[in-house]
Amino acid sequence: MKETISHNKEKVISIENLSKSFGKINVLNEVNLEVYKGENVVVLGRSGSGKSVLIKIISGLIKKDSGHVAVLGKEMESLDSKQLQELRLHIGFSFQGSALYDGMSVRENLEFPLIRNKRNLSKKELTESVEQVLHDVGLLQTIDQMPSELSGGQKKRIGIARTLILKPEIMLYDEPTGGIDPITCVELNNLINKVQEQYNTSSIIITHDLTCAKTTGNRIAMLIDGKIERQGNFDEVFASEDPRIRAFYNYNFITRS
Amino acid sequence: MAKDIRMDQQDGQAKTFGDRIMDFFASLFDIYKFIARFCKEAFTAPFEFRETIRQCFNVGYKSLAIITLTGFITGIVFTKQSRPSLSEFGATSWLPSLISIALIRALAPLITALIAAGKIGSNIGAELGSMNVTEQIDAMEVSGTNPFRFLVVSRVLATTFMLPVLMVYAGFIGLMGAFLNVHQNELTSFTTFIHDAFTRISFLDIFASVFKSLAYGFTIGITGCFLGYKASQGTVGVGRAANSTVVASMFLIFIEEMVIVQIVNYMR
Ligand SMILES: Nc1ncnc2c1ncn2[C@@H]1O[C@H](COP(=O)(O)OP(=O)(O)OP(=O)(O)O)[C@@H](O)[C@H]1O
Ligand SMILES: [Mg+2]
Repeated sequence: MKETISHNKEKVISIENLSKSFGKINVLNEVNLEVYKGENVVVLGRSGSGKSVLIKIISGLIKKDSGHVAVLGKEMESLDSKQLQELRLHIGFSFQGSALYDGMSVRENLEFPLIRNKRNLSKKELTESVEQVLHDVGLLQTIDQMPSELSGGQKKRIGIARTLILKPEIMLYDEPTGGIDPITCVELNNLINKVQEQYNTSSIIITHDLTCAKTTGNRIAMLIDGKIERQGNFDEVFASEDPRIRAFYNYNFITRS
Repeated sequence: MAKDIRMDQQDGQAKTFGDRIMDFFASLFDIYKFIARFCKEAFTAPFEFRETIRQCFNVGYKSLAIITLTGFITGIVFTKQSRPSLSEFGATSWLPSLISIALIRALAPLITALIAAGKIGSNIGAELGSMNVTEQIDAMEVSGTNPFRFLVVSRVLATTFMLPVLMVYAGFIGLMGAFLNVHQNELTSFTTFIHDAFTRISFLDIFASVFKSLAYGFTIGITGCFLGYKASQGTVGVGRAANSTVVASMFLIFIEEMVIVQIVNYMR
């Protein structure tokens, strides 16, 4: 279990009373959550509880209904599209399904955000950056492969590398260990911790995997029925008597053994 | 919970005629918004020159072989089929002008458009559809690239500008097919054939065909992009986007053909 980060540091993400519905379905209902600088916050919740919706709102992919979301001190609502684009360069988003561009090789996937955002890089600088992040995620050998030739775990890591290449201050991980074998899970968890240290990121990590939560999170937040029900370190959260939290804990270990 | 689901389904079944009409207008409004956004983003900087050129090349390259083949065959077959009725009047010397009028006014634009709808339209629908359902479009957006400009504007511009080019090419290849057949049967020389073929063609004919092709190209591009961009429900949605792009754009092409022919006849 990781230690908690002191909360007198600056907030990088602050969410207040955030609500979001799709039609009649109320997905998020007055969510409050803060992420402090250098902190990994794990959001745990069942499938369909709105975890992906939450981080998509943070990155501006989905519009909220009400409440406040501020990222790096900027209120999302007040940004025009240019400022939003600028802000997004500081936010890395690792998608649930990796979302690699499947028409491009690994190298082109990694070059894409660089070429698009820093127009005057030389060929050599490009290659250096690409090789550096690939080395950091431990997949230098895949540089000339196509995404369809990679395994699920490799795709996840390339997806993370593609966001790291812009040196983001915030990382949003959507189920980094979803659908992946336990050993690769450990590798991914280690990668998340390495990114936190090496790139000085603050992160939100979405998962329903308790091992991932325990090894990567400085703080855990349980998202239940559209609300953050309990926050704290791993033991604090699961000391709860709330049957929904107990069930989450128990089932996780039943399915693992 | 189970009860909720059942009730939902009943709600779905109970979709009345009125609801369907409302849905129809809602999607018309979506299309309108999509086209309006296209116009706004296509004519403001920053432009995606490189990607547009790449897409133009893609459109041309992908359909060149099949357009060559169908254009050529159309030229030959149309000549063969027209000969008997003309020879009844001893008027086979009219073949070149008859064929060129048919090809340039109607056949070349239509063949090109229908083939492009099948080949390029379905491709755009499937490509954007799969990028959409696998969150690649979202990934582009969060990494600081405007996906609408990069994916949609470039593709729509490419189909719009490439269709006239392909149409001219199809017309030329069709005429070559016709020439081979005419040369074989009537021993007409190439210069005579070309001369006869173009005496009855007016500037308006060519202009109308180019204009038609621009319209068809835009239709194919925007339909494919719209349906792909809105695709949902996983892999099923991708197939559906590709399929409905072909159906919808072919349908629209025939409607446009009818309208444009009326207008041109009025101007003639
Ligand atoms: N674009 C959308 N339109 C309509 N409904 C949506 C949309 N996105 C999500 N939802 C709904 O919001 C709810 C939460 O979805 P979300 O993807 O956030 O779940 P999740 O917690 O990430 O689940 P999982 O662990 O399976 O990824 C679901 O009921 C889903 O149907
Ligand atoms: Mg999710």
